[in-house]
Amino acid sequence: MHFGPHLLLAALEGLVTSAVLALTALGLSLVFGVMRVVNVAHGEFFMLGAVLAWAVSTAISGHPAVGFVAALVIAPLLVGLVALVAERLVLRRLNYNPEGTIVATIGMLYIIQQLALTFYGPEARPVEPPFSYRILLPWFGYSGYKLSVVAASAILLVITWLVLTRTRIGLIMRATQYDRETAQAFGIPVERVYAGVFAVGAMLAAIAAVLIVPISQAHYLMGQDPLLLSFIVVIIGGLGSLRGTVVAAILIGLSDGIISMFFSPTLAKIIATLVVAMVLVFRPQGLFGTTPR
Amino acid sequence: MTPLLTTKGLSRHFGGLRAVDGVDFTLMPGEIRAIIGPNGAGKTTFVSLLSGRIRPSSGMVVFDGADITAMPAYKRVRLGVAYTFQITSVFANLTAFDNVALPVQRTLTDGRTKGQVRSGVMAALERTGLAERAGTLAGQLSYGHQRLLEVAMGLALKPRLLILDEPTQGLADSEIDNFITLVREIARDAAVLLIEHNMPVVMQLAGRITVFNSGKILAEGTPGEIRANAEVQDAYLGAAHG
Amino acid sequence: MRNASPAKTYALHISVIALLFALNFVLPDYHQGLFARIMALAVFAMGYNLLFGYVGLLSLGHAMFFSAGLYGAGLTVYHLGWGVPEAFVAGVACGALLALVIGLLALRTSGVAFMIVTMMFAQVFYLLILYFAAWTGGDQGLVIQQASRVIAIGGASFDLTDPTVRYMSALALFSIILLVTLAVVCSRFGRVLVAIRENEERTKMLGYDTVANKLTAVVASGAICAASGAAYALLFGYVGSSFASVQYSILPLLWVLLGGAATTLGPLIGTLFMYYVTDITSGFTSAYLLIVGVALILLVLFFPKGILGSIRERWLRWLP
Ligand SMILES: Nc1ncnc2c1ncn2[C@@H]1O[C@H](COP(=O)(O)OP(=O)(O)O)[C@@H](O)[C@H]1O
Ligand SMILES: [Mg+2]
Repeated sequence: MHFGPHLLLAALEGLVTSAVLALTALGLSLVFGVMRVVNVAHGEFFMLGAVLAWAVSTAISGHPAVGFVAALVIAPLLVGLVALVAERLVLRRLNYNPEGTIVATIGMLYIIQQLALTFYGPEARPVEPPFSYRILLPWFGYSGYKLSVVAASAILLVITWLVLTRTRIGLIMRATQYDRETAQAFGIPVERVYAGVFAVGAMLAAIAAVLIVPISQAHYLMGQDPLLLSFIVVIIGGLGSLRGTVVAAILIGLSDGIISMFFSPTLAKIIATLVVAMVLVFRPQGLFGTTPR
Repeated sequence: MTPLLTTKGLSRHFGGLRAVDGVDFTLMPGEIRAIIGPNGAGKTTFVSLLSGRIRPSSGMVVFDGADITAMPAYKRVRLGVAYTFQITSVFANLTAFDNVALPVQRTLTDGRTKGQVRSGVMAALERTGLAERAGTLAGQLSYGHQRLLEVAMGLALKPRLLILDEPTQGLADSEIDNFITLVREIARDAAVLLIEHNMPVVMQLAGRITVFNSGKILAEGTPGEIRANAEVQDAYLGAAHG
Repeated sequence: MRNASPAKTYALHISVIALLFALNFVLPDYHQGLFARIMALAVFAMGYNLLFGYVGLLSLGHAMFFSAGLYGAGLTVYHLGWGVPEAFVAGVACGALLALVIGLLALRTSGVAFMIVTMMFAQVFYLLILYFAAWTGGDQGLVIQQASRVIAIGGASFDLTDPTVRYMSALALFSIILLVTLAVVCSRFGRVLVAIRENEERTKMLGYDTVANKLTAVVASGAICAASGAAYALLFGYVGSSFASVQYSILPLLWVLLGGAATTLGPLIGTLFMYYVTDITSGFTSAYLLIVGVALILLVLFFPKGILGSIRERWLRWLP
């Protein structure tokens, strides 16, 4: 293959990474933006989504598409339920104190990871894609499923954006984000909003995971990289900014694919992490973010 | 005599709001100066600029002949500019003793005083009448005592200029009398700059009064002159005393 | 600390040290080994506590200081053939230097950003260890041979692999750091650190350069954690990248929370408690992480002051 097609392939792969990353990071960003909670267990919600997707799709026989669609519905719902319970039992009792919630979500991370290891096991397991259509490009064939992941993610992002900007729910969320006390004084049920946001944030990660399992397999440690990358995206994109998150996800997803063509993956991670830490130190509002309130 | 403190064209804007707007101000050593003015006039912002808690948008601050405009707050404190907060902010979880020990040990390392921390702390607590409360957590003191502790901390810094932001707010009348005596005593070693709403206190203590309004100095003079000033009557005294 | 009579406080700490000394002669072999490990790691917890408990800075990256000591000592012995004392000093120096650099950067942030930044720097450190696997042994790690772990002083030589020598070396380090921490906490510097934790803005207005004080605390904390890491490498003869992973940044936080933040003896109690809980439960479950996770959540929810913190609050107000 020549350089051009090679780059096209890398770009396509990068786009798939970006699509999944944008959804996952959006969940993290929503939770931080509205609740000011840094959810360290976010990657585990992602992992849980993938593992449950495997469980659901193996439990259902018949055409792979049936199992997949069932997984796409059931896994995120279950993950959302877990998040809801965690929010009720832990975060709310901590009164969403930023430092206390970090420690608590680290605890959740360990619990979810250990439970996955105990009940799901250390193996990596695949989920069959719902269809195996290949799109023939002049230089190579490309998985139609991968492209449909990009499309699905784009649709979900647009829906989220519409909900946030055009609906009453979005207005309520923004009001809560802006000032919790005032929102409460105006009769907004802040606790319900928080519970909802935390569940939706986890569900976005779970959906991203269900979309990705047919491509990469489900494994109990698979939450670590998405967590780190989501942090990177959210920090670069500016905490709590939807547009920044999407732009940063595309940037990181594409460069991740292209950089790892030239550098070792470890070196790529070192550079990326260092850059992000420096951004936080010297430009805490993110590269694209506006100045914080 | 050279002034202890001067400001030239000192301004601080918050967005479009000119909280302090081109203030030229002079304070002589040993003076007790009161700053009065309606709420939102920029008094707290002005003294915050003097203490270095916030940076000016423009203008300069000169203390004892040296330009301190760019100096960080903690260095100004070491030069002798002490500031007590309008909102009581003693260390609630530390004892009264430890609260005062912090400024006392600071001056010891500066070499401004010799001696032990303990004696310095007890001296400051005794002057403010808090000696018996040395072991009490500051957060458990009554509000009036917390205000006094705040003053004790300022005192313990051995300042050359002590800035007090509404120190009598929330004090009982009997406590106010003691407070007036205390400020007179302090003024033997240091200049005192006092933001105060309680007019009787101002009239008793201040040698001169500066009136702020909308970020600017509206008038300045002796208590008698200020009392007679019609503009001040309109802007402030009238409003405050109905 | 309230109205502590110094004599009483020092007596308490010396008796703890004496008790640990006596335990060497009564503990069965297995527990003697476990205690040596616990004392070495309690030093890590004490270093963490200095920053988290007294200054109120919650770092999620202290594994990097521990492993700076671990590798600083381990690699100089392994590759350069340095003796034990020189290697120990090298380890501590590495940790202090790293802490200085990280402190200068991370202290520009505060709160949640400080937590994330320290976590990211630690991650970089961890990945660097993996990247330079040719020297560090990567995730396999390196084993330091018994022959390199002997201290020769004059005619006598001490073999760190001998259980009693190992126990006593760990105890010596632990005692020094415990007494140093106690002295710092009761000192003027300690008072300033607590003031910064309680209200940094106010502390500045009392004439303190709070950034310089915080930086000093970060370097001291980093050096103590590195001392723990260096001792661990030399006493137990193994260095590996897992000690640099996020988990080893979380563990000291857990130990300190459990024992009681801002108490001098809390770190020891927390480390001891956690080690024995895992040891006892390992009989019927391998779910080590589950215990860590549940403990973290229960602690922040119901027991934020930890064991010694709660005891101090109820009964022993004078505890430092
Ligand atoms: N940090 C700030 N940000 C924005 N506006 C401020 C800030 N501090 C003070 N102000 C505004 O500046 C004006 C002067 O405030 P202040 O100095 O506190 O007045 P005073 O002490 O005379 O009551 C007020 O209108 C106040 O709202
Ligand atoms: Mg004011």
